[in-house]
Amino acid sequence: MTRQVTVLRAGPQVSVQDGGRFGGLGIGLSRSGAADRRGYLAGLALLDLPLGTAVVEFAGLGGAVTFDAPTRFALTGAGMRATLDGQPIEGMASHLAGPGSVLEIKAITSGVYGYLTFGGGIASDVVYGGRGYHRIGGFGRPLATGDALPLGADDAVSAAPHRLGLPAEVGPIRLMPGPQTAFFPEDVRKTFSATIFTRSARANRQGVRLDHDGAAFSTGGQLSQVSDFISEGDVQMTGDGTPYVLLADCQTIGGYPRIGTVLPVDLPRIAQAMAGQHLQFRFVTLDEAEAAWQSDAMLLADLKRRAKPRVRDPREMADLLSYELIDRPSGEVTGGAS
Amino acid sequence: MDANTDIQPLGPDGILIRFADTLSEPANRAALAFRAVIDAAELPGVSETATSLTSVFLRFQPDVISRRALEDDVRQRLGDRDWLAAALPEGRVLWEMPAAFGGEHGPGLAESADLAGVSEGRAVEEICAARLRVLALGFAPGQPYLGFLPDHWNIPRQGDVTPEVPRGAVVVAVRQVIPFANAAPTGWRQVGRTAFRCFDAALDPAIPLRPGDEVSFLPIDALHLDRLLDKAPAYGGAERTVLA
Repeated sequence: MTRQVTVLRAGPQVSVQDGGRFGGLGIGLSRSGAADRRGYLAGLALLDLPLGTAVVEFAGLGGAVTFDAPTRFALTGAGMRATLDGQPIEGMASHLAGPGSVLEIKAITSGVYGYLTFGGGIASDVVYGGRGYHRIGGFGRPLATGDALPLGADDAVSAAPHRLGLPAEVGPIRLMPGPQTAFFPEDVRKTFSATIFTRSARANRQGVRLDHDGAAFSTGGQLSQVSDFISEGDVQMTGDGTPYVLLADCQTIGGYPRIGTVLPVDLPRIAQAMAGQHLQFRFVTLDEAEAAWQSDAMLLADLKRRAKPRVRDPREMADLLSYELIDRPSGEVTGGAS
Repeated sequence: MDANTDIQPLGPDGILIRFADTLSEPANRAALAFRAVIDAAELPGVSETATSLTSVFLRFQPDVISRRALEDDVRQRLGDRDWLAAALPEGRVLWEMPAAFGGEHGPGLAESADLAGVSEGRAVEEICAARLRVLALGFAPGQPYLGFLPDHWNIPRQGDVTPEVPRGAVVVAVRQVIPFANAAPTGWRQVGRTAFRCFDAALDPAIPLRPGDEVSFLPIDALHLDRLLDKAPAYGGAERTVLA
């Protein structure tokens, strides 16, 4: 029998996401996937899961789920107020839920995108190389109340819970030059670096609008430029010179000029910036950008090194024993392969 | 290597080879031909290739090949021949796509015609008279950038983004036409709508169009389009002819 998680309540921006769909740029399929790559991978690190594992991403109002079997889970990404069967539980940590347990994510307290990762991962059907909701590609849909998510087998259901501490990130967001950077006059680029932006309320998985008091950022001929490839993290100026930082759900090709590309390693800070938060940018050289580059595999390995066992709450110890997990083969516990 | 061709970074793991910084037909052919050569070479560390209107994108693994080494290789291949004189791909197809223009299916027709300096009726005639080419697939899966409309259709994008146009919206800007693969925001103006689906999982291949294919629009009335949207015949009623 396949374990499953049932959605009891879902806000409007709750969906299955993973590392994205690769290799589709030539047909117009963007990678998409989790909006905060680091927050997503942190969940995989806490449960020692492989790259590509599908999880639940939620924003705004959060939601609630229930489990039908002992299931490890982790909460990462945004800071949130969550309870397991009414008891508050910590974020950036893994936990164990029992059959019938209810996990409630009541509110996001800092950041925007939270990740709920399950031991074994979500084992829904793979569609065009991924399990994630891909809005612009028309794959999947947001999660809704009553949806059941099948989970893969978890060989480590009795593994110790872990927590993950990440250093606070400060300083300007790093921006590397791109194919259209030179289209912006030097004084416009300087003004951009000197401007303190405010993250607008207009933001979603496609992009985040940046508000500021100064003049528009213009290249001059920007409404008639030839459309070209977009990279996640590109800072695009719409026709009226308003900057948007493009996130996971961005299109593959676009015609608005882009002043630069936010380094992938800094992009989670944009995704997690709350409305009203101030943001500043700093141009870095190509060499600096490359030195800061990490593949998903490198980033996940780094996060796994940072994940440390946490002391179990005695209440959880009691729960563990009551599930009779100890010394039982994992296949039996999890109901075998999905 | 042509003086207008340049190599630019696009993200820490991407290279963009740009054959022109304005839209040009030879640059589009150059991009298609150059990508085919890079694909055939199977360069170690190159994980993905794609073409846009006038450029080729290469995604690489910086832990396998350095940007500098990849750029050197690319530069050498660019010097091998005159890419701007490259021929179009073989096995191209002509698609004749029914579309309704103006009214509820083309709320931006009047403004577009005005910017192009023609009447609405003339605008529809010109759009439908053009034999357009699939210059690139992009923005959303299977969605084509079609060019070119006559010179006076070099009209700008909107100053602001329209929050959503429906699937099949036919939009125009900068001498190009795009039938939208899915409902999406856009800075282009919607002049019409087609029942053609750029991506249809029920078909094999799911993406009917390929760069180099040709498209012409057949004007139909709104009622006819509503019927096509409702019945959803294969290719939205478009006729498919293989070009010799």
